[in-house]
Amino acid sequence: MAALGQHTVQKIRSAEVQLVQEWIAALEATGATRNLKGDELRAETKEFLNLITSALEQGATAAVGTAQWEETRQFLERLSRNRAQLGQDSNQTALFIFSLKGPFFALLQNEYSDQPQVLAEQLLQASELFDALGLHTIRTFQASREAVIRRQQEELLELSTPVVKLWDGVLALPMIGTLDSQRTQVVMESLLQRIVDTGSEIAIIDITGVPTVDTLVAQHLLKTVTAIRLMGADCIISGVRPQIAQTIVHLGLDLQGVVTKANLADALALALRRLGVTVTKAQ
Amino acid sequence: MERIPILQMGQFLLVTIQVDMHDQLALTLQDDLSERISATSARGVLIDISALDMVDSFIGRMIGTISGLSRIMDAETVVVGLQPAVAITLVELGLTLPGVSTALNVERGMKLLRERVGTQ
Repeated sequence: MAALGQHTVQKIRSAEVQLVQEWIAALEATGATRNLKGDELRAETKEFLNLITSALEQGATAAVGTAQWEETRQFLERLSRNRAQLGQDSNQTALFIFSLKGPFFALLQNEYSDQPQVLAEQLLQASELFDALGLHTIRTFQASREAVIRRQQEELLELSTPVVKLWDGVLALPMIGTLDSQRTQVVMESLLQRIVDTGSEIAIIDITGVPTVDTLVAQHLLKTVTAIRLMGADCIISGVRPQIAQTIVHLGLDLQGVVTKANLADALALALRRLGVTVTKAQ
Repeated sequence: MERIPILQMGQFLLVTIQVDMHDQLALTLQDDLSERISATSARGVLIDISALDMVDSFIGRMIGTISGLSRIMDAETVVVGLQPAVAITLVELGLTLPGVSTALNVERGMKLLRERVGTQ
């Protein structure tokens, strides 16, 4: 694959300041600079232009996978990661590269206005290069976005299963959100571990925040209850809403003698009664 | 041959499993325990498995069998100290140990045994 002509590369070098200025103007016009600091943007644009010029000086082609583009690739990866963390979308990130096209093509047009054939050739080469760089940015951007999502999912999993101590010997687990196998596993593990650590005899699972209960969810709940019983503790399920009660009956689910209560207060009252604790109003 | 010790405490028998259970050991324990229940006419058996961090379906079944055979010989069985991982494994294996009483620790287990034997 032919590269951009050395003459073009020299021209880029000499017109660097002007290119950066026009580029930033183009970026601002497209609105891609929102949430970005002016100084940082200036530094980024300068560095990027410098990187591609030096890569081109080494005779790099539009194949951005080669070693000559190594530093540029790393710069773009860093850039798209930053953009993903700033919450910018893929469009704004891609515009960073594509906005350079305008000023760059203008430069080429000026330079080769009397040689249409060379101009067409150089334009094609430049276009291919920018597309490749842009695609690379998008790819990295996507990957960093996915990494952010994965991390958030894991955090959500941890956050959504707090085991709270209601009384000496009574633990409660307010479940919020849909119950799937993975979450049940995490819930089960953290609850069982807390039962061992605190020596609690009664665990209350509150399902007020569980939007739907189907056969699978019921099975997960039963598994948890069975494991708690095997450990030698007892389990009460609370927060069974009317709709959920109806669903359970309609599905013909057998809760195998699990004690269920309409709300957490009733479950706590039952737990205290079992522990032999009475709560009275102070006179 | 290695054996699991069975200790007598008043009218109860105490079994603490401290080593990794293998099938032969489980069978020996089953035999020994039934012999001891009949010899001492014990009213209750307490099995502490808090040191076991791995239980397979065979050991799970053995616990059920011991519980069943001691009930026939008029002794209550309480299993104490199941580790969370063990409990999860048993549930995943579909072994819910019906008819086996469990307690969190030895203290609670003894209390449960005393209540059970006292009410009979």
